[in-house]
Amino acid sequence: MSQSQQAQIAFEAEHPTSIVDRIEAAQDRARLSFRVQFALVWLFIITLILVGLYAGGRIEPGWLAKQAPYILGGIWITILVSVASIALALVLALLGALGRISSNPMVYAVASFYVSLVRGTPLLVQIFIIYFALPQVGLVLPPIPSGIIALGFNYGAYMTEIFRAGIQAVPRGQREAAQALGMPEPHIFRRIVLPQAVRIVIPAVGNEFVAMIKDSSLVSVITVQELLWRARQVGTRDARSIQAFLVAALVYWILTIIFSFFQERLERRMARSER
Amino acid sequence: MTSTAVEAQPDSSMVEVHGIEKYFGHNHVLRGVDLEVHRREAVMIIGRSGSGKTTLLRCINFLEEPTAGWVEVDGLRVDADPLHARSRSHREQIRQLRMRAGMLFQDFNLFPHMTAVQNCIEAPMRVSGLSRAEAVELADRYLARVGLIDKRDEHPSRLSGGQKQRVAIARALCMEPKVLMFDEPTSALDPELIGEVLGVMEDLAHEGTTMVVVTHEMHFAREAADRVIFMDDGLIVEEGPPEQVLNDPHDDRTRQFLRRFLDQDIADEEHSHPTA
Repeated sequence: MSQSQQAQIAFEAEHPTSIVDRIEAAQDRARLSFRVQFALVWLFIITLILVGLYAGGRIEPGWLAKQAPYILGGIWITILVSVASIALALVLALLGALGRISSNPMVYAVASFYVSLVRGTPLLVQIFIIYFALPQVGLVLPPIPSGIIALGFNYGAYMTEIFRAGIQAVPRGQREAAQALGMPEPHIFRRIVLPQAVRIVIPAVGNEFVAMIKDSSLVSVITVQELLWRARQVGTRDARSIQAFLVAALVYWILTIIFSFFQERLERRMARSER
Repeated sequence: MTSTAVEAQPDSSMVEVHGIEKYFGHNHVLRGVDLEVHRREAVMIIGRSGSGKTTLLRCINFLEEPTAGWVEVDGLRVDADPLHARSRSHREQIRQLRMRAGMLFQDFNLFPHMTAVQNCIEAPMRVSGLSRAEAVELADRYLARVGLIDKRDEHPSRLSGGQKQRVAIARALCMEPKVLMFDEPTSALDPELIGEVLGVMEDLAHEGTTMVVVTHEMHFAREAADRVIFMDDGLIVEEGPPEQVLNDPHDDRTRQFLRRFLDQDIADEEHSHPTA
C-alpha cells in the first residue's frame, strides 16, 4: 500500500464526511440545477411562441387536425430522399477521396474537377440542371431520382474532402507497420487505413447527414412531394401558410434532434471501445 | 527456396548491406554504409541522434528507398532504384524482402482497431496464406512467449507501453522473419516499463534470433550484443565486440559519445536512488 493511500485512510478516519464526498455532492447539485434551468428556459420560449401565435389567431386546432396528417405523410419521402442521397454521397466521397490522394495525375485531375465544380456552384442550380436541363439533351428523370442524384452529387463532393482528410489523419506509422509486415498496398488500405479513417470521419459524416435532412427540402422545387412541398400546397391553398410551415419546421427540427441523439451515442460507444 | 544451401553454414551472412547512400533532398544522411549481419548474430547500433542509424535501419527494409547501394536478406537481393521506386516489380521485390525482415518501431504502431491476437494474425493470414486456425495457433504461441497470452483479446488502448511493444514483437515473430530489426524500441517507454521489453529481446538474442537493434540502452548492448556498431555522420565509425567498443573505443568520436552517455548514466543512478 502506498504512502498516499495510507494518508487518505488516516484522513478519512478523522473526517467522517470527507471533503471529497461533500465536493462531489455539491457538484451533483450544480449539475442538476443547470439542467433544470436549461429545461425551464426552453419551455418558457416555446410556450411564449405558442401563446403568441394562438392569441393572434394564427393557430387553429381544427385546421391543424385535418391537414397535419397530410403534411406529416411527407416525412417518409424526406427520409427516403435523405437516406438514399447520403448513401450515394458516401460512395462518391470514397471514390473522390481515393482520387484526391492518388498519384495518378489523370485520376487526381478528375476527382479535383468534380470537387471544384460541385462546391463552386449552388445546390439549387444543380437540382435545376438535373431536372429541367438534362431533358433537353434527352435525359428525362422522375423528380425523386433527380433529387437524390443532385443531393448525392453535391454532398459527395463535400464529403470527398472529409474522407480525404480522414484518410490522411491516420498516423503514417500505421501504414509503415503494415508495410513492414509485407502487406500489399490494397490490403493495407482496406484493412488498416480505411477502418481507422472511418472512425475519424464519423462525427463529420453525422453532421453532413443532419444537414442533408434539412437540404432535402430543396427538392420540393422539382415537385418531390416531401414535407416542405406538402406544407406549401395546403398552406397556400387554405391561406394558412404560418401553420403549415410551422408544422414542417417542427418536423425537421425533431428529425434532426432524434438523429443527433443516436449519432452522439454511436460516437460515445466508439470512443469507449477503441483507442 | 534458394536459401537451403546457405543455411547449412551457421556463420554465413543473413543480412548484407552494401554501399547504402541516402539523401533527403540535398542532405547526405548515409554516406556509403557496408554492413554484414551473420546468422544468429545480435548487432546493436549506437550513435548520436542524427547520425543516420535509424535511417540505415529503414533503408534495410526500404521504408526509405536508398539513393544508392543494395540490400540482401537471406539470399534475396534488392538494389536501390530511386528513379523507378514505384514500379510494380520493384515494389514486389521490396515486399518479399520485408517478409524476411521484421521491424519494431519506437512507438509500436499496433493497429488500434484490432485486438492483440488480431494484430498478430492479420499479416500471416493475408500475406503468408495461413488459415485462421493456423494463424491463431501461431499468434497464441508467440503471445505466450512474450508473456501476454492473457491479454490476447485486449485492444491496444488497454495495454501499457511495455505490453504494446511486446505484442508488436509477437506480431513481427508471427511472420517468422529471418531477422528482427528494432528501431529504438524502448525510447517511448516510461523507465519502469523498459525492463520487460529488454528482457524479451535478450531472450530472443540468446535463443539465436538474428537481430539488428538501434538503441540508447548501453547496459543492454553490453549484455545482449554480439557486436556493437558506432555510427557518426552517416558512416560506421567503429565496430567490434561490446567490451571493446564500449570499454575501450579506438575512435575519438566513439569515446566522446560514450563519455557523455556515461556521465548521464551516473547522474541517472544518483537520481533514482537518492537515499542510497
